[in-house]
Amino acid sequence: MAQTILRQRAEGANDQRAKWNINFREAGLLIFILVLAVVLQIRNSSFLTLENLNDLLTNTAILSILAIGMMLVIVTRGIDLSIGATLALSGMITAQTVSAYPELHPFAAVGLGTVIGIVCGSVLGFLVAKWNILPIIATLGMMNIYRGLTYTTSGGSWISAHQMPANFVNIATSKVLGINALIIIAIVMYIAAYYFINYTRTGRQIYAVGSNPEAAKLSGINKDKILWLVYAIMGGLSGLAGVLWVAKFASAQGDTAMGYELTVIAACVLGGVSIAGGVGKISGILLGSIFIGMLNNALPLLNVSPFWQMMIQGCVILIAVIANVLVKRNADRNHLLRRSI
Amino acid sequence: MQRVIADKQAWSPKQFFLQWEWILLVVFIGVNIMNMYLSPYYMDFFNLRDATMAFLDKAFIVLPMVFVMILADIDISVASTVALSSVVMADLYQRGVPMEIAVVICLVVGTACGFINGLLIVKFKELSAVIVTLITMILYRGIAYVILENQAAGNFPEWFSYLGWGYVGEIPFIMIVFIAFAIVFGLLLHKTTFGKHVYAIGTNPTASRFSGIPVDRVKIIVFTLTGFMAAVTALFLTSKMGSTRPNIANMYELEVIAMAVLGGVSTAGGKGKMIGAIIAIFLVGLLRYGLGLINVNAQLQLIIIGGLLIAAVALTQVKRNKSA
Repeated sequence: MAQTILRQRAEGANDQRAKWNINFREAGLLIFILVLAVVLQIRNSSFLTLENLNDLLTNTAILSILAIGMMLVIVTRGIDLSIGATLALSGMITAQTVSAYPELHPFAAVGLGTVIGIVCGSVLGFLVAKWNILPIIATLGMMNIYRGLTYTTSGGSWISAHQMPANFVNIATSKVLGINALIIIAIVMYIAAYYFINYTRTGRQIYAVGSNPEAAKLSGINKDKILWLVYAIMGGLSGLAGVLWVAKFASAQGDTAMGYELTVIAACVLGGVSIAGGVGKISGILLGSIFIGMLNNALPLLNVSPFWQMMIQGCVILIAVIANVLVKRNADRNHLLRRSI
Repeated sequence: MQRVIADKQAWSPKQFFLQWEWILLVVFIGVNIMNMYLSPYYMDFFNLRDATMAFLDKAFIVLPMVFVMILADIDISVASTVALSSVVMADLYQRGVPMEIAVVICLVVGTACGFINGLLIVKFKELSAVIVTLITMILYRGIAYVILENQAAGNFPEWFSYLGWGYVGEIPFIMIVFIAFAIVFGLLLHKTTFGKHVYAIGTNPTASRFSGIPVDRVKIIVFTLTGFMAAVTALFLTSKMGSTRPNIANMYELEVIAMAVLGGVSTAGGKGKMIGAIIAIFLVGLLRYGLGLINVNAQLQLIIIGGLLIAAVALTQVKRNKSA
């Protein structure tokens, strides 16, 4: 018993240190972003214009919405590789529906896509929670299945802009107070997620399950339910993102968002979400998403050949992640020094 | 997470035949019977031989992937390594480097990619293998795009196509090379100290370090081997296709991982056998071939393979839950 208490105390200390580190981490990423912005502005004065910033945020909106769900999944020590396929599937079905029933209200289309996503995510949650299949395997398998279903429902053909009613495409192009609707949706999602994670019982339980599954179970948390919920949320957000994606690009294809899950995971990792579980903050993933969005936005502005973009992206992410680790090590060492005094 | 390792149990026929590999073998035979039933031409030596040639190229990466997964790591950069080494080889050849040297450089590039993965994973333990190989996956494929942009490169000399299409007597060259590698990797995993080290690290890295196993070195070697085998795949695949593009071998990593998992290798580490993975390679390959025979389209094949993967893992999981 005494040992348990001691260990808990030690873990408490660790928690505080971890908290400090995350703040440090975010500050680092923020500085990185600011430096990048200054450099970009010097190289191309059209970077810091309202128009371009609006573009940048619009293009980042879908990524950042997906990052919320991915963070929750990773916090529970899982990973979801199927979101690109879920996104494509819900986008495809929604696009087919609106092209068949053009009078459908856009909100109904968004609802339909989200529900399809929730169903996809629930299946995954069931596999992970009830059948104890490792998330990476379960999502890998379901990725194949959802992707296959996308091709099957579409019969290999595309749904392109002229088949979609104008009010559907308008979801992604309409503006509220001069701000693109996608940005508004992302902001609403972030506020909701912030409240959910920090101020609701279920939100805190997600972190409890992630940081110590055994302890969470012993303290009466329904671990299966939490796991299931997390994957269902991820699915729902992917479904929503699918509708937004299809509306934004005005086309639904079988290979929509193929491999996009990796970009989302990269945004989470940059934002300080730990693959070991239990650690991750809304502000972190927001910065991580913006950082990746900025890279995508900046390279064309600098007239970098599109063929260089992928490599530069890889390099910058690698440098940022390694810098993060080094900064954190340094901080840890300082903590130890302070402690021994 | 701690795991208790039971003492070595006495051999019992029940335990022996309940192993995953036997189940796989039964499914494998089932697939073959199904294929025979579907097409009267299936059980023909030449037919089977050519069907096998079609999927053996990715099989090379499955062999080291078994090691990686037993270490409780994962390498998702393999397909990008294939692309990078293939593209470098083709580009050098187009610039006038003799093909023999380009082939060697292809192997060197792949090995270097694997070594970099291993080094990063060992030096930055805070990042898991998933993260490191995720980043290098973007990076390697990105470099391939920088080199070739959106072009295809090919026109290789005559002898190079022998790798993918040649025969030694009646047996395809690629098959012989694969069998040789499979034997080497099988022996390495099951009959050497190195193999035992891999299992030990996968089961309990901390205990392994305390018992004097050079954990870092083993990891670097395993990832370097993976890079090397990815380059071998690059050689055979490029030879088979006759040309290369930066998007070659797209999504191979997932198929490779799926084959290893189906073969009974656990991503939680410490578990799995080489023979299981090898059976799984042929199982998936011939299943695809059989589905192709009855005109099941590629999309439905995706669904079936995904379902098979989940069913396989769910089955082992249920078995484990019962025994626990």
